[in-house]
Order: sequence, then structure tokens, then C-alpha cells
Amino acid sequence: MLQIVTGNRLRDGVVIYFAGAGEWTPAIDKALVAEDDHANALLAEAQVGLPPLPAVGPVLIEVTREGDHLRPVTLRERIRASGPTTGPMAGHTALDANPAASGLDDYSI
Amino acid sequence: MLLAEDGTLSVDDWHHLGDDEPVPGSGLVTVSFARWQLDEGTLRVRADKLGLRLPNTIEPKDIASDLDRFALIILNFPKFTDGRAYSQARLLRTRFHYQGELRADGNVLRDQLLFMRRCGFNSFVVGERAIKENWAKAFGEFDVFYQQPTGQGPWVMRQRLGPRNDP
Amino acid sequence: MYRYDDFDHRFIDERVAQYRDQVRRRLAGQLTEDEFRPLRLMNGLYLQLHAYMLRIAVPYGMLNSKKLRKLAHIMRKYDRGYGHFTTRTNLQLHWIKLEDTPDILAELASVEMHAIQTSGNSFRNTTTDPFAGVAADELEDPRPYAEIIRQWATLHPEFSFLPRKFKIAICASKEDRAAVKMHDLGLYLHKNEAGELGFEVVVGGGLGRTPYLAQTIRQFVPRRDVLSYIEACLRVYNRYGRRDNLWKARIKILVNSLGAAKYAEEVEQEWLASDREAIAIPESYIAEIASAFAPPEYDRSPVDEAALERAIAGNPAFARWIKHNVHAHRVSGHAIVTISLKEVGKTGGDISAEQMDLVADLADEVSFGEARVAYEQDLVLPHVRCDRLLPLWQRLEAAGLGSSNKDLVTDIICCPGLDYCGLATARSIPVAQRIAKHMAAKEDEIGTFNIKMSGCINACGHHHLGHIGLLGVEKNGEEVYQITLGGDAGHNAAIGTIIGPSVKSDDVPAAIDTLIAVYMKLRQEGERFPETYRRVGQAPFKEALYAPR
Repeated sequence: MLQIVTGNRLRDGVVIYFAGAGEWTPAIDKALVAEDDHANALLAEAQVGLPPLPAVGPVLIEVTREGDHLRPVTLRERIRASGPTTGPMAGHTALDANPAASGLDDYSI
Repeated sequence: MLLAEDGTLSVDDWHHLGDDEPVPGSGLVTVSFARWQLDEGTLRVRADKLGLRLPNTIEPKDIASDLDRFALIILNFPKFTDGRAYSQARLLRTRFHYQGELRADGNVLRDQLLFMRRCGFNSFVVGERAIKENWAKAFGEFDVFYQQPTGQGPWVMRQRLGPRNDP
Repeated sequence: MYRYDDFDHRFIDERVAQYRDQVRRRLAGQLTEDEFRPLRLMNGLYLQLHAYMLRIAVPYGMLNSKKLRKLAHIMRKYDRGYGHFTTRTNLQLHWIKLEDTPDILAELASVEMHAIQTSGNSFRNTTTDPFAGVAADELEDPRPYAEIIRQWATLHPEFSFLPRKFKIAICASKEDRAAVKMHDLGLYLHKNEAGELGFEVVVGGGLGRTPYLAQTIRQFVPRRDVLSYIEACLRVYNRYGRRDNLWKARIKILVNSLGAAKYAEEVEQEWLASDREAIAIPESYIAEIASAFAPPEYDRSPVDEAALERAIAGNPAFARWIKHNVHAHRVSGHAIVTISLKEVGKTGGDISAEQMDLVADLADEVSFGEARVAYEQDLVLPHVRCDRLLPLWQRLEAAGLGSSNKDLVTDIICCPGLDYCGLATARSIPVAQRIAKHMAAKEDEIGTFNIKMSGCINACGHHHLGHIGLLGVEKNGEEVYQITLGGDAGHNAAIGTIIGPSVKSDDVPAAIDTLIAVYMKLRQEGERFPETYRRVGQAPFKEALYAPR
């Protein structure tokens, strides 16, 4: 089973993934993947640091690998990763149109 | 460490007697509610001041007739989200006219201090954070409230209406 | 509308400053998330799936054009240009940044708004009739009491850490348009035999995992004593309400485990022991607050009714809107207008910043600047002169706000569900959209019909009270929907009953269609669905729904 760590960025709530070495990223494909029983160690590593930690509510989620991409297993995590399935922000389309305003640009914290 | 409602910090000079400890002949001691029920006779004849540690499941009316014996009552917040002691404090102050020190113990956090003081608490058991983060500042965050206060401070409805004309 | 005085302004400014410091301490690492969460929640700030979500209080649903414009501005500047009205008449913004929230609260304070206690285990926004002050069937305006309760309940020192949240609703008219019986505490204004005004008090309602309707614990509390009586209710709850189990912490569980009579007795004892005079509401204070809700200066010159009749006769679409979305007003020549936020294919309860600005303009032009939020996730313009109805409808229609479906089958109450909400177990918006599209062509023929849907057991979409209720749950990785039948809100409130096994997401519209077809076949003249259901029972619906196809 493959797992990654996700949470919401403290200052703005954006969905982020633990990329290792203290780094977090909004890009799920850059998340550090743990196999099987290494997952808890990954979660612990994601919570090391001085307060405030960058991510609120870090948890492990299950993913599958599809080519170069990571895909969450649950619908909830797929919606967190790619936005609502309906409405003005469906699939984060508004962000794609205006990435500058999105807050989703990939920078480490 | 104790924080007082005026913002001063002090060291707790009370001894909090365990239920198995013998009652000392003199000195400031607090006892649990259970101990008070068990040893009321012995405790009443001591000359020194006595304090009571009241769990948040005991109703103030159950100790109402004994209140003049206590110089200190300690109410407990097992978790800061457990708000039962707020009701106890208000009742002790307003319904049973308890005049002594009312102390908040347990999970006492900065952002609950003002609620506590407004219910009648006047001392608070705090840790080192209280100094570093200047918790005393919390008491001054509001100077107007929408409720009848327990203690000082204006109440909006009453202030709008002017002084109360009691019959 | 109630206007802040110096006290309110001072208080709200102090509150913003306090919150600003709390956010600063959180971002500086002085507060842990566990310590900060209750503080942000007390200001309506949740952390949801995609971002923080701010729930802005709309006290008893009252808005004016200035507030609407400010909300539109906040939606544009700090969010993604839209917002969502909830079943508690509040406004939720889904894409908020924590670091912006102190500034947002300061902007709200500038128009006498806030987000205080829109979450947390304390008093929530008190709700009332969206037609308050203009309804023809009203005894007296309930809003002054709602405002007095709002003030008294705001950062109450004794009741800010209750076992669980506490919701109050007030009704002062024959028809209950505030779903009072699903509240923790409900107040029905009425007169006793001596002709004095007071409240019947009902307690222990609530939906969620264990739905209950509130029960009467006192027939009459004089209005001057209503705060002390509520205080007694709360004090008994604070003392005895369960704190060991989140799902059993609401007052409904206490009331129903003790029994309403025993709970009432405890309250009575507490009330009689309390200093009722300390928070008695003097007549002069009620009058002072009530003066803020005085009716506007209506233009009472005759309306050209023939012209209106001609417009209705010549325009079927306008006629539909008049029929469904325009309601009787107590002043002749005027009407109450429901602005439906349920355009078929859109998200129910959602509104864009542009639409919000338009509503502000229209409120200024035809409704003395006033608008209301109804718990059914609609807006209301309360004072429209009848000769303004046609141009009003045309402008609403052009902006996607002219749907003529109030209380029809496409008027679906619906929570944000798994598309936004951290608690949800299934999506609700896309399912509601598919139902509305599927049923739209038949909505006139069906007539009054309330579908209500929630994306989890917490029941923000009031599914228990829907004629048909839908609860989305996740089963083996798939979204399925449990169907309840026969629920009803208002004075005849009823909790729906589960009809049988859950239905797959794709099959929901057809299932609704089947159930409604049975109703249409079996209904008698004038019967709404709940009446037919009570008369004929579950069997015909069950047979039709689960018949092998």
C-alpha cells in the first residue's frame, strides 16, 4: 500500500503534501511516498519542526501510482486534490485561468 | 503559579491536602469536597483559613450553608472545553454570595481568562507561559459586555437604560 | 433594521482586535491548533477540504443594501467571487485564507456585521421568520426579541463552553416559517388569557444522527422574563448535558433521556431560584429595540392593478413567478418577494458577487434597502410595491435570479456536501442538480414539494424534514443515498421515515421520479405529499421504488 501525508497550509488553508526534508507542496505528484509499514515514520517526519508547523491536521492517505502521477484512493481525497466537482471552482478551473491569483503556485514553505 | 485578576503573579502559599494526609494543626490548607464531607468536624475547629476543592459535578447549593468557612474555593476545568465551572462560579458569587477567593484550576488557558473573571473567578492557576505571553493582557481586551456582569464592568442593556430603579 | 450604537461598535471593534491577536499568536506558533481551533470556531472559521471557510452571521436573516455590497466586496477581494447561504441564514465563504480573516472581520464590523458564534459550542445565530414585520398572519414583530437574544447571547461568559452548540428560533405568526421545532430551543410568541404577550417555550429539537422535534416545556413565559427562563434552560443543560460523547451532547439527548417533564421541572426550579429581575427585559427596552424595526414609509397611493393583471395575463413566465415567489403583504398594494437561489443546474443557495450587488441595487430601488435570508437558502425582498413587480422580475430573470420555483420540486435545500465540506461523506450539490434537471418539466404539475438533502448525518440540509429526504453516505467507496419520506417543517413538523435500502447516485433522479409519480396518482384534492404519505402509508411507495425493473 502506498501512502502520502497531506494537510492544509496553516496560513491560507491550501491543500498541501509532504515532500520530505521539511518541504511541503501543493503538487500531489511531488509528494514523498511511503510503502506499507514505512508510513508512520513518514507521518512522524512530517510533524518535526518548530511551531507553527506548516500543515494543519497532517494525515496519511492512500494513493495509487498511475504513470508519473499519484492518485488518491478515496473520493474525498480526489476532491481535495483537484477541487470541487461542480460550481464556479470545479476542478479549480478558475485557478487554471488565473494562476497568479491562485495561491497554488508551487513554492516551499 | 497564580495569576490574579489585577494581573499580578504570585506563588501559591496554600497546601493542597491529599485525602490520605493528616490534617495539620495550623497553616493554610485546601481539602477535597470528599474530605470536607468526611472530616468537617475536625476541619471546622481549626483556627487557620480553609480552602475547598470542588469538582465540577457538585452543585454549589450543596455547600451553600458552609461557604462562610472557606477563604478559598478552587473550581476545576478538566478540559478548557468543559464549561461546567463557569456556572458554578456564577452561582457561588451571585446566588450564594460567596466573598472569598475563587480560583480556576486545570486546563486554564489565556483566551478563557476573561470569561472566567466575568463569572466571578479572581485567581487562576497558570504556568510559565503566562509570563512569557503576558496573559494579564487578556483581562483588558473588552471594556463593554452584553451581559449582567458578575463583579465590575458595564452592562449594555443597563447602561442604555440608565441606572436601575429598584422598587 | 437594528443599528449599532456606540456600545455595539466598541464591542465589535474590541472583538476584531482580540481575534487579530489570536491569529497573530497562532501564526507565531504560540497557540497550537488544538488551542486555536475553538477560538477560530467562535469566529465562524472552519478548516474545510480546500481552504478555510468563514461563516458570516446574518442575525435573524436581516440584511440591507450596504451589508450586501460589503459581502459582495469581501467575496471578490478575499474569496473566489461567490458565497453560499446556509439553512441557518448565514453566509459561507469557501476559499478563505487565515491570514486575511482579521481584515475580513474588520470590514464586516464596518457594516455592523460579524462572524461571532457561527460555530463552537455556544449560542448560534438566532433565526426567525423571513417575513417578520410584513407577514399578514403575524401577532407581533419577533425581531426585537431576536435582537435582544443576540445581544445577551454574544460572548456570554457562562455559556461559551456548553456541551454542544445551541440554536434558538422564534416564530410570531400562524404559519411557522422558521422551522422552530428543529431547534435546541424554540419560542412561539402568543398571548395568554389575560392578553399579555409571552412565549411558549419548546426545547430539545435537532436533526443529525438522532433527530427529535422540540417539546413544549412551558406554555407561557412573560416576555420580560424570557432571558432568565432561557438562562435557566441553559444552566440545567450546562450542568447535566453529556460531555463524554460528541454524538450525545446536544440538549435533545438530555431532554429525551430525562423526559421533557423532568427537564421542565429542573428548569422551573432553577428559574424560580434565580434572580429573574437581574435580566428582566423592561417594556421600555423592548420598545426601544422595537423602534429600530418600525415599518418604512410605504407609498400608499393606489396601485394600477389592471396594469398588473394585464402583465400577468400577457406573460406566462411572469405569471408563474407571481404565483410561486410573490407573497401576501400586510400593507395593501405591496408584496413580499422570494428571490430563488435555486436556478436549475446551479448550486442551491449559492450567489455570485455580481448577483449580490444586483440584489443590493434592487433592494434600494424597490424594498427600502432591505433584504432577508430565508432558511430555505433564498433571499427575500420584504416591501415591494406591486407596480414594481414586473420590472423587478425582468432584472432578476436576466441575472439568473428569477426562478419561479419557491416550494416546488426544483427548490431543493442542499448542504455543500463532499465538494467542500470536511464532514461530508458524499456529494450533495451534483445530485440535487441532476434531480432538478430531471424533474423541472413536471414541477408545476407536481405542485408544492420539498426535497431536502444532506451529504452527511449532521443533516445541515434538513433531510429529515423533507417530503423526500436524501442522506448521502459512503458505502464500499461508493456514494449512495438513503431516502426518507414524509418529513415536514413548520407547525406540522415531522421526521421522515427511511423507506428501504439506499439508492446509487446515478439512480437517484429516477427514484425521486418514481416516488413522486406514486404520490400524484394517490393524492387527493389539496393534499401535499406528507398528508398523502400519512394517509396511505409507506407500502405503495416502497413497492414502486423497489419493484424489479
